[in-house]
Order: sequence, then structure tokens, then C-alpha cells
Amino acid sequence: MTLARVIGSIVASRKTAALEGHKVLLCRPVKPDGSPAGSVMIALDAVQAGPGDTVLVIDEGNSSRMILGDSMAPIRTMVAGIVDRVDLYKE
Amino acid sequence: MRLGQIIGTVVCTRKTDSLEGVKLLLLQPMDERWKPEGNPVVACDAVQAGEGDYVLWEAGREAALVLENWYNPSDATVMGIVDRDAGVLEP
Repeated sequence: MTLARVIGSIVASRKTAALEGHKVLLCRPVKPDGSPAGSVMIALDAVQAGPGDTVLVIDEGNSSRMILGDSMAPIRTMVAGIVDRVDLYKE
Repeated sequence: MRLGQIIGTVVCTRKTDSLEGVKLLLLQPMDERWKPEGNPVVACDAVQAGEGDYVLWEAGREAALVLENWYNPSDATVMGIVDRDAGVLEP
């Protein structure tokens, strides 16, 4: 899973059925200290994450299909959790 | 998921059977700021996207799952038409 911050959302009125009822969020991967760490991931929201939330993003089809409970869902990237806190032990 | 813009269509009278009846679109991949990114891709259409439409699309196995007959060799399929002026928060 990837740590990321929700930086935006996408509205698509016409879309394939699997996208119905879920927000599509723009997520910027971040390091534990919050600094940006990679290109934006476009993920289907499963936990009602909001702008600025730090979230867990899963980027693998079967995992996403498991979250959606639909073995045919054409979804690969999903927001699977909202992070409250990250504790980083000193190296 | 990925973003892009429809820049044309592709017609193939001779093609593999399982792509029969599937409209082929020429798609310019874009990043989250709608900046073109990489070479155009030929994608299958699942939402009647038209020229100039900004779209959500997916590659890999998920691309095949979007289509009616999921057992098909598509490796890129358009799955949503984005309402560009709504919803995208500038980071």
C-alpha cells in the first residue's frame, strides 16, 4: 500500500457502472514526513476520504476487486483507508 | 486509473474477432494537470466518448474487464468522461 494525500477529485457524469457511487480521488504519494514522493494516483474512494486526508492507496486489481466485492470490477487503484497517524521509529 | 483526451478514432476492418463491434479511439494520455504525457494510445470505447472529450481510462487487465464481453484482448479502455470544469481541486 502507498501513503498518499488527497489533493483533488474527478467528476465524471458518464462512466462505467463500477464507478457509480464512488468518488474518484487524486492522490499524491507522500513520504512518512508528508513530503511528496511520486506521481499522482487516481483512485476510487472506498472510505469517504476528503481533501487533505492522508490515505492508504492500493494499486493492484485483485485487491481492489476484493474491496469492492466484485470479481469483475475493472478497478485497479483504490483508497482503502484514512490514516490518523504515522509513527516513524528512528533508524 | 488514468486521464487523457480523445484526439481521434481508428478504423480496422480486419481485426481479432473479440474486438468486433468495439469502437477504437485515439487517446492522448495526460497527467493530473491535463498536460500531455507519452505517446497516443489506441483504446476501446465503453462510454461513447467523442472527439475532444477528456476521459478516465485504464490499461492492463482492468481494460478488458470494462467491456461487455470481458474475455477480450483490450489493453486500454475508456471508462468515463470527465466533467473538466467540476471537481478538480488545484493542489
